[in-house]
Amino acid sequence: MSNYLLIPFLPLAAFLINILFGRKYLKENSHWVSILAVAGSWIVTVATLFDVLAGRVINEDLYSWIVSGEFKVSVGFLIDQLTAVMLIVVTTCSTLIHIYSVGYMHGDKGYYRFFAYLSLFTFCMLMLVMANNFLQLYFGWEGVGLCSYFLIGYYFDKKSASDAGKKAFIVNRFGDFGFGLGIIMIFLTFGTIYYEPVFSQAKGFASQTINFLGYDVHLMTLIALLLFCGSIGKSAQMPLHVWLPDAMEGPTPVSALIHAATMVTAGVFLVARCSPIFSLSETALMIVALTGAITSLFAATIGLVQNDIKRIIAYSTISQLGYMFLAAGVGAYTAGMFHLYTHAFFKALLFLCAGSVMHAMSGELDLQKMGGLKKYMPVTYWTMLFASLSIAGVPGFAGFFSKDEILWLAYSGSSPVGKFVWVIGTVVAFLTAFYSFRLIFLTFHGKFRGTHEQEHHLHESPKAMTIPLVILCIGAVASGWVGIPHLLGGGAHFTEFLKPVLGHPEAHGTHAEEWMVMAISIIAGFSGIGLAALFYLVKTDIPVMLTQKFNAAYKILWNKYYVDELYSFIIVRPAIWTAKNILIGITDARIIEAVVNGVPKGIGEFSRILRKVQTGLLQHYAAIMALGVLIIVAMMLLR
Amino acid sequence: MEQTIMNNLGFPILSTLIFLPVAGAALLLLISRSNENLIKWFSLIVSIAAFIISIPLFAEFNKSTHLMQFTEKHAWIPSLNINYHLGIDGISVLFVLLSTLITILCVLISWNSIKAKTKEFYISILIMEGAMIGVFCSLDFMLFYLFWEAMLIPMYLLIGVWGGTNRIYAAVKFFLFTLVGSVLMLVGIIVLYYQAGGTFDILELTTKTYPYKLQLWLFWAFFAAFAVKVPMFPVHTWLPDAHTEAPTAGSVILAAVLIKMGAYGFIRFSLPLFPDASKAMTPAMLTLSVIAIIYGAVICLAQTDLKRLIAYSSVSHMGFVTLGIFALNLQGMEGGILQMINHGVVTGALFLSVGMIYDRTHTRQIADYGGVASVMPVYASIFMVFTLASIGLPATNGFIGEFLIILGGFKANQWAGVLAATGIIIGAGYMLWLYQRVFFMETNQKVAGLADINLREIITLLPMIILVFWIGVYPNAFLGFMHESVKHLLERVNSGGMHEAGIAKNILEIIK
Amino acid sequence: MVPLNWYLMLSAVVFMIGVFGFLTRRNIIIMFMSIELMLNAVNISLVAFSHYLQDMRGQILVIFIITVAAAEAAIGLAIIIALFRNKDTVHVDEMNEMKG
Repeated sequence: MSNYLLIPFLPLAAFLINILFGRKYLKENSHWVSILAVAGSWIVTVATLFDVLAGRVINEDLYSWIVSGEFKVSVGFLIDQLTAVMLIVVTTCSTLIHIYSVGYMHGDKGYYRFFAYLSLFTFCMLMLVMANNFLQLYFGWEGVGLCSYFLIGYYFDKKSASDAGKKAFIVNRFGDFGFGLGIIMIFLTFGTIYYEPVFSQAKGFASQTINFLGYDVHLMTLIALLLFCGSIGKSAQMPLHVWLPDAMEGPTPVSALIHAATMVTAGVFLVARCSPIFSLSETALMIVALTGAITSLFAATIGLVQNDIKRIIAYSTISQLGYMFLAAGVGAYTAGMFHLYTHAFFKALLFLCAGSVMHAMSGELDLQKMGGLKKYMPVTYWTMLFASLSIAGVPGFAGFFSKDEILWLAYSGSSPVGKFVWVIGTVVAFLTAFYSFRLIFLTFHGKFRGTHEQEHHLHESPKAMTIPLVILCIGAVASGWVGIPHLLGGGAHFTEFLKPVLGHPEAHGTHAEEWMVMAISIIAGFSGIGLAALFYLVKTDIPVMLTQKFNAAYKILWNKYYVDELYSFIIVRPAIWTAKNILIGITDARIIEAVVNGVPKGIGEFSRILRKVQTGLLQHYAAIMALGVLIIVAMMLLR
Repeated sequence: MEQTIMNNLGFPILSTLIFLPVAGAALLLLISRSNENLIKWFSLIVSIAAFIISIPLFAEFNKSTHLMQFTEKHAWIPSLNINYHLGIDGISVLFVLLSTLITILCVLISWNSIKAKTKEFYISILIMEGAMIGVFCSLDFMLFYLFWEAMLIPMYLLIGVWGGTNRIYAAVKFFLFTLVGSVLMLVGIIVLYYQAGGTFDILELTTKTYPYKLQLWLFWAFFAAFAVKVPMFPVHTWLPDAHTEAPTAGSVILAAVLIKMGAYGFIRFSLPLFPDASKAMTPAMLTLSVIAIIYGAVICLAQTDLKRLIAYSSVSHMGFVTLGIFALNLQGMEGGILQMINHGVVTGALFLSVGMIYDRTHTRQIADYGGVASVMPVYASIFMVFTLASIGLPATNGFIGEFLIILGGFKANQWAGVLAATGIIIGAGYMLWLYQRVFFMETNQKVAGLADINLREIITLLPMIILVFWIGVYPNAFLGFMHESVKHLLERVNSGGMHEAGIAKNILEIIK
Repeated sequence: MVPLNWYLMLSAVVFMIGVFGFLTRRNIIIMFMSIELMLNAVNISLVAFSHYLQDMRGQILVIFIITVAAAEAAIGLAIIIALFRNKDTVHVDEMNEMKG
């Protein structure tokens, strides 16, 4: 049974067809190829899911990829419970977003290109999650990064778009640098880079230390942290988060698919996949948890003051990804994966709704120029409202269950930083609810603040766009129901499903405590919504007053803590300056070239002196010759 | 002493490969100068014929042995024991194939861009091909040296006659740089000849053991020749000038084959001849390699000239190659050899691509471009493939080579591996920035209305695209050639004539 | 019988005349003749040695030298004539084109 191969290779075929024939032949029909392919993948995925539910795990090599001495790696596939979850998330979101794009990208001159890239992305993402070894994972990892680069820079004639694409790729390279070294360390430790032998042997190295660049470090901590570097880059965690907000230059469906639902969660998937390694290092887990917690707080605070509708959602994504890492860091990998799964639905939905709003506003992104859109675009309004309720953690919605599980396991788990990250998590829950509803209220309620012309154009989006919204909305509401905790009478099926791969941490707490954690998070969520309602519906002068009063803080948040400026100052500009002034200016020109051109010049100088002897007068030469003969004769005689 | 496998094809394939292009060049002399079409077609046919003849090397090669194959041996100058001895093993076979392929592409790319002295141009190219193949096939030092020097002359002419504005300076610089190195190697060869009791036979020489101090001296003598060719830091400055001024075909040959000779020399000669010295000098070599990687990459960030940027990126990429070679382990070495092929393919293709657009715009300044992707979409897509291969994206050939090299480098020395990996980050930086400035953003007036690449140009680039993905997706087809030879070589190096302790003592003596 | 020394003495004297003539005169034709003198001085000693050593090879060599010298003189004079046509002089100081 190997029709699971269709899952990645159908989109690959669609990519090839579109990129080769799209420009000349398919043109406006390009989407059919891509949509059929990804829908086919989805169908096979569902079939595979039933296989996995029935307990059949696939782990097969397709062909031998690289062989060099003891280093052997194949292109191979592993489909277990974890992969199945990712497959469902990826193919479902991808299919819906493909369909949405038909409406959104209608009439664009690069139509075929867009669908080709989407298909390529789907292929890479599927290769990533289906890999059975680290190198293939790395292939998918870089592949999705590439597609992200293409799609962010989709409107390549805009400088800001091509800048953003490039930035995303290079920032990710920083993370991949660590990831690659991590793979090498794994190979040198285990002699293989296949998941199965690595994870089964990992325990044996639990207490080993190794000399790394002159420092003695705990082997498993080192490997885990190197791998985590990759996660930081791909999932836009501090300090490599800078690319994600800029990535909003891409078309909105791309933001929804790549920068919300799938690619950026690959980092979380990586940590979950490598949980046997991470679990062996308390230090590494602690760093993961703290990185996640700090990032989620940091991004949420920035999200409070932004006015660009997509950027707010982007910071919200960074913040939610932080949440997932927070979960993984306290050992609650299943909770992290659960949040990844629910987040994919509601965040993709948020982005698509934003796209729908942009569509109506002819590309306008500024919240301050919107308002009162509710009556023009009801479907968008209601779906976005549900997505926001979900992200705010209102009971019953998908986000509530996953967020609650994370907070509870953080509170009750055995991690030394558990309580601390729980506090941060709760604060972030409040902030999330606030900025999500700030977005809703500013966009859909109140009076329209844009131009008359814009108001004239306001309209609900076409069916191709609204239908995916509605389907995703169902997911945003109901996807959490597969993981209703035992406390609320559910079966926690999601956790049970992933347990064979990820395990599940012991919760050390009473039911009363669990109720308390849940209550606090609900209160946080509702107070966030309430505060947003107060600020933006009732007393709209309060935000203005606050920004004036705390101007310094506002400035810092508005400028995103000046991280971009900092990087430009300490990395980008020094590198170019060094290249120009030191390497070209001094080393190459003054040192190496000085020697290179100096030696011939020296020889020239020497010969200029020597050639004075060459008078051109025959008799001088003859005299010298005669003198020479005399000297030789004299030497012979005197000897 | 059966060291070789005789020719299993029934005809002297290597001699044919060397002398077919040379004979073609001689026949070109007979064609009238005014009949340019015939000259071009004839050169194309000769180069394609050579490529077709080289295919059996790929198909019939015996991958299960490290011995020399397809060998030919005839007495040449018996009084000095110089023989005409040819043969290839798993290390050299791919380079012969690369040379024959590249020549075809060079003929194709020059089709319309070379307008003056066409006949002489194609004669140079064909003679160049013969000499390049000769270098990779020679098993006799004198023969090797002959071909090694013979390559210089056509290349010198290519740069000096058909080059850009500053061509004379670049040509002379190229010539002198390489000559200085080569002469030192010649001295080394002669010393070896006497040391080994009067033989120039490479196979025989590589089985002997030489005193450690002599090894050290000879290692540096050979190093001079090879490091210049690679080019390693700090003798790299001829490369940007030569690349920038050379005509497209010259740059391509230079990048794809000529600078491979240096690294090939390290593998073929330095390591097996001087195993102890090589091992002792590993730290120095790794350091130079890492410097080249980072230095070449950072300097690319500040380039304003398309060809110069790619030339400096060659310095960086060849740093990877030498790093892999001197990691002295299987992954590093195989990665290094594969990376040589990769670099030949990718950088060769990049120069071909740059040549195509240069033919249209006649400017190499990056600032004169912008928005080319809107004007020439097919060209932009193809250039993107090579850009990605150059920055080592998985599934392209660059990744396989760089990954194996970093793996091997890291195994040999952790710092070397880590620092080399930073080169990949910077590599992504300068290549994507280049791509952005040339292809993205608003369309520059100077490129508006350019015609997209035509069928001839697509055909020129097609083999490179195929190779990029073939090596990237199924590298075993190429790695398979080298396993046995590399294994054998590493055994020779690692079991070298002397004990480690002895080496250590000698180093101490030298330091004192 | 005249002793060998005398011949050698004669040869040396003629040779030195040639040398001094070549070094001191500025007329190119005279310099040319001086060269011929030197050549023939050598011939004298060769013939003398040949005679005293009873070996004919010396004399054969001399015949060769005279032949070559004749050819050389012909070419040399031709060059001088060509020079004179170009420069209107046979004064050697005027001919310093080879100056470095």
